[in-house]
Amino acid sequence: MMVVVAYDVNTQTPQGRRRLRRVAKACTKYGQRVQNSVFECEVTPSDLLVLKHDLAGIIDLNCDSLRFYNLGAKYSNRIEHIGVQHHLPTDGLLMV
Amino acid sequence: MRRLLNTLFVLSEDAYLSLKDDNVVVQIKDARLASIPLRSIEGILCFSYKGASPALMGRCAEFGVSVSFFSPRGRYYCSILGEKNRNVLLRREQFRVADDESRSLPIAKSFIFGKVFNCRWVLERVRRDHSMRVNAERLSSQSALLKTALNEINACSTLDELRGVEGNAAKDYFGAYDDLILHSKDDFYFEGRSRRPPMDRLNALMSFIYTLLTGDCTAALQGVGLDPYVGFMHVDRPGRVSLALDLMEEFRPIIGDRFVLSLVNTGAIKPKDFEERENGGIFLNDQGRKIVLAAWQKRKQEQMTHPFLNEKISWGLVPYVQALLLVRALRGDLDAYPPLLWK
Repeated sequence: MMVVVAYDVNTQTPQGRRRLRRVAKACTKYGQRVQNSVFECEVTPSDLLVLKHDLAGIIDLNCDSLRFYNLGAKYSNRIEHIGVQHHLPTDGLLMV
Repeated sequence: MRRLLNTLFVLSEDAYLSLKDDNVVVQIKDARLASIPLRSIEGILCFSYKGASPALMGRCAEFGVSVSFFSPRGRYYCSILGEKNRNVLLRREQFRVADDESRSLPIAKSFIFGKVFNCRWVLERVRRDHSMRVNAERLSSQSALLKTALNEINACSTLDELRGVEGNAAKDYFGAYDDLILHSKDDFYFEGRSRRPPMDRLNALMSFIYTLLTGDCTAALQGVGLDPYVGFMHVDRPGRVSLALDLMEEFRPIIGDRFVLSLVNTGAIKPKDFEERENGGIFLNDQGRKIVLAAWQKRKQEQMTHPFLNEKISWGLVPYVQALLLVRALRGDLDAYPPLLWK
C-alpha cells in the first residue's frame, strides 16, 4: 500500500535539526522523497508498523508532528502531480 | 498472493550502483540519477560497465532482490541472489527426486507436456484469429503433429525418450513459426533456431527474451527454496541453472514466443533496432533493448487468471507461482506437478 508521510520538525535548536535529518533518513529507507518533508512510501502493513515505531522514537512529541496518509493499494489515480519531479515513481518503468 | 514489485533496468553504460539508506543509488560520475528503496523493487538488471558496490549486492541478497549483470551489449554475465530460504529438507527432497529417474520422470513429463500443449495453442490461436492471412494448412498440420506428440509424452518411459519427443516437437513447432509473423515479413523471418550467435532478427529477440525469462525462473526457484542448479530433465552441468531451464520450458511459447511475436506484429520493434556484428550475428542495439525491456516490463504487469489456482495474478508472478506448485508436488501435497496450460 502507499502511505504518504509528512513531517514537521522544529529546527530552532541543533537537536531539532538532528531530528529532522534522522526522520528523513528513516523515511528514505521505506520510500521516496517527493517534496522537502513529504515521502511517498510503498510499504507492506508490517513495514509501516516498523516505520511508525522508528519515527515515533526519533521525534520530540512536544514540538514535532508526523502525519500518515494511507492511499491504499490502488493509489495511482489518487496522486496528481504538477511541476518538476525529482524522483522516479516506482510504479512506472524504472529505466536509467 | 505475493505482490509483483518493479524491476530496475540500468542501461546507461557509465552508471555505478551503490547503497545508501537501503536505497539503490544510480550515479554517473558525481551526478545522482536515481535513488530507489530496495523494498519496492523485485530485481535489478544492470547493463553498465561499472557495476555495483559489494555493499549493495549484500543488502540486495538480504532483501531478496535479485541482481543480474549484463555487458552493455546485452551479454549475460551472472546473477546474485540471496539465500533467503534455507529449507534444507526441501532441497534434500529435490536432490533425491533428481537422482531417481522414476520420480523425476513424471515431473519432467509435466514440464514438456506443458510446453508442447502451449506451443500447439500458440499455433492454433494464430490459425483462428488470422485464418485469411496465414498458411492455415501448414499450421493445422504442425498442430496435429504436436497433438500426437502429447500422447507420445504420456507414453514415455525414460528421460532420454522424453528428450527425443521434445526435440521433435520443438522442430515441428518451429517449422510453423515463420507463419506466425504477420508484419514486415521481409525484415522479420524465421528459418530455424540459431544461437551463439543468433543469425537473424527473430532469433536475436528470442535469445534476449529467453535470457530474461531464465533469470526470472532462477529467481523464482531460489525464492521458494529450491536449488535452481539441480534439474530433473536438463543434465547437471557446472554453472547451468538446469531446474530453471526445466521450469522455463512451458513458459517459452506462451510468455517468450508470444511476446516476441507481438513486438514484431504490432510493429513495436523495427529493423533499425538491430545491429550486425563481424561474425554475422544479429543483436539488439541500445535503442532496441530499451524498447524490448519497456514492453517486457509492461507485459509482466498485465493480469491473467491462473487456470489451476483460479486466481488473478500478474504474468510476472507466473514463474513464482509455478515454482510454488513444484514445491508442493515435491513435498507430496499435490499428486503431480500441474504445468501452466494456456489456451
